[in-house]
Amino acid sequence: MKYEIILSGKGGQGLILAGIILAEAAAIYEGLHVVQTQSYGPEARGGASKSEVIISDEPIDFPKVTSADIVVALSQEACDIYAKMVKRGGILILDEDEVQKVPEIEGRIYRIPFIRMAVEEIGKAIVTNIVTLGSLIGLTEILSPESVIKAIENRTPKGTEEINRKAFELGFKAAKGLA
Amino acid sequence: MVELLQGNEACVKGALAAGCRFYAGYPITPSSEIAEMMAVELPKRGGVFIQMEDEIGSIAAVIGASLAGARAMTATSGPGISLMAENIGFAIMAEIPCVIVDVQRVGPSTGHATKPSQGDVMMARWGTHGDHRVVVLSPSSVSDMFWLTFKAFRFAEMLRTPVILLSDEIIGHMRTDVELPDEVEEEIPELEDVPSFHPFGGGKRYHVTGLVHDETGFPTNDGEIIEKQLKRLIRKIERHRDKITIVERLNVEDADVVILAYGCVVRSAIRAMYLAREEGIKCGVVDVKTLWPFPYEVVESEFKLIVPEMNSGLIADDLRKVRNDVISITKMNGEIIYPHEILEIIRRVSN
Amino acid sequence: MRIRDYFRRLPHIWCPGCGNGTIINAMLRAIDEVGLKKDEIVAVSGIGCFGRATGYLDFYTLHTTHGRALAFATGIKLMKPEMKVFVLMGDGDAAAIGGNHLIHAARRDIDLIAIVANNSIYGMTGGQVSPTTPEMAKTTTTPEGCKERPFDLCELVLAAGGSYVARWTTYHVRQLQNSIKEALEHPGFSFIEVFSQCPVQFGRRNKKDHIQMLREFKEKSSLEGGGDKIKIGVFRR
Repeated sequence: MKYEIILSGKGGQGLILAGIILAEAAAIYEGLHVVQTQSYGPEARGGASKSEVIISDEPIDFPKVTSADIVVALSQEACDIYAKMVKRGGILILDEDEVQKVPEIEGRIYRIPFIRMAVEEIGKAIVTNIVTLGSLIGLTEILSPESVIKAIENRTPKGTEEINRKAFELGFKAAKGLA
Repeated sequence: MVELLQGNEACVKGALAAGCRFYAGYPITPSSEIAEMMAVELPKRGGVFIQMEDEIGSIAAVIGASLAGARAMTATSGPGISLMAENIGFAIMAEIPCVIVDVQRVGPSTGHATKPSQGDVMMARWGTHGDHRVVVLSPSSVSDMFWLTFKAFRFAEMLRTPVILLSDEIIGHMRTDVELPDEVEEEIPELEDVPSFHPFGGGKRYHVTGLVHDETGFPTNDGEIIEKQLKRLIRKIERHRDKITIVERLNVEDADVVILAYGCVVRSAIRAMYLAREEGIKCGVVDVKTLWPFPYEVVESEFKLIVPEMNSGLIADDLRKVRNDVISITKMNGEIIYPHEILEIIRRVSN
Repeated sequence: MRIRDYFRRLPHIWCPGCGNGTIINAMLRAIDEVGLKKDEIVAVSGIGCFGRATGYLDFYTLHTTHGRALAFATGIKLMKPEMKVFVLMGDGDAAAIGGNHLIHAARRDIDLIAIVANNSIYGMTGGQVSPTTPEMAKTTTTPEGCKERPFDLCELVLAAGGSYVARWTTYHVRQLQNSIKEALEHPGFSFIEVFSQCPVQFGRRNKKDHIQMLREFKEKSSLEGGGDKIKIGVFRR
């Protein structure tokens, strides 16, 4: 098995961290090989941001995504750039509010209002990335939810376990409603 | 224990495993994670971290600390290594071991801070003025960041000279699953032409200077001594090349086409090689980890030679003094070379 | 100990009439009075005439690149806090090329003893203008007279946070020696500026010999300063 994943959006949406969490869940809790890379602009907030994760049961040579199984885009700009990386039969996951111009691809497209859910149901935009991870796992089942939750706990500050778990479950359930 | 580690983090672990106890640096993307982790880890081990006022001060403090007996390093990127250049020469001249990490970004001047390149390969080699030799190591994986940093400290001490770990944004920022030791034991041999090192405070009072000096450390005007000492500084690196050359060969034995690569491009080369083999082309990869002094012997064979680089073809150009049929692939847009870009050339040359 | 026992090697390269020897003499007498052992002392210097001092002294000595002595010394002091670290600089070394390191060493208040031999000129390179050259003074790069204002290094170090700051001249050898003694006992950044004479590169072009220059140090300096007087004394301790 091998999955190539792109998480893209704006700087400050926490997508690089989301990529690290996915990679850690796969490497530490599922014993898989992973490579995570990123590209971003000089801005700490705003600007285009991209995290790439490759997960495989064999050692990985090339660290960059060449044909994506899954692309997540939380901004129109990111969608415009990276949607075309989705391979035939792949999955494109979009923020329903941020991405209005939905491209045509030879694969499945899911639209979920991640940012709105984070703000309205959790009360914190900062957990958008965790809601997104929940949906990503719910839709694709590439890793077990437990592994991802453990990795979230490793990589986020103490005291945020509860809120992150809620955010993850929120995204996960929203995905199950669609899948 | 398997960990998810970033290249820059693995670099810190390698330094600590080698006994590094001093770090001085100045923030610069894409190397800053090294400083940040050192600021956390060194005090726990009785070591010292200091953020200096600039890169010139950083390398100066590193050389000072090394002279005071600590294994010491700094990390930076292009603009910073340009500022360090003069004092790297000082460490060469005064024979002070230290490790300098350059996580390369693209372009001269400020260039682009978050985009990778391999544009500093000649800067690393010739960056400081005057005729000299330098040891430069080039990691192509997260685990290399650990092991080559470790080796950099060993080589620096063994040869009493600065060693540059020439990484790049991809390898520095990439995270992979790795399993690394906390401590590594390795003897440091005494070598001919390398004087023994006596840290300050150890009872042997002597003079250290960047002026050309005689064996007592005192400046000299004697042309004969000047030439003798400068030649020894070059010879001590050249004659011990066998002890510092690290090269990895993959499927080279039967290869008609060989891709010679270093740093992050090795990863592209390996994928391209497998893709070529699937098409029936006998292809191999040479991963040159000791970039300087360059192990020219690795290209002295019958195979066709492709050298992909994220610069204007700097190593390919250098290799032309050994063989004139080097096929160079260049890229300078701040992106890694993709495997298919190499595969295309492999197909063309094997037809 | 006899002062000459602190030297590992002589003769030096300084010109007759130069103030550098006076400063080194005061430094060695202070070390002798405090009773420090040679093994307890590191001396770091930069590039320039005064930078050559380290080569002659029988301590652990380091002659660094131009302007960087304080940064090298910072690394040494952090790893050898038990040793006394002198940093010997000229005015070009400390105030021009190394100005940033001076500001930050003072801000950190790191326990170094910085002595600046300020002769208002680049002596070794042939008499060019320096950041402390007085206005209208002639140098090889200001043939019509210096048109820039000179740096007040003590004010600079005071503002940056140095915790021992003093200025003397090569005429005030006893006071200088006492200041170096105080600096040796002071647990922070000690900065001692010494106005010194360069008869060959500065004096010759400005029609003064070393005796006249020393006489001026005597007559044109005071603890109060003001007017055309050089303000001397310990400004912070």
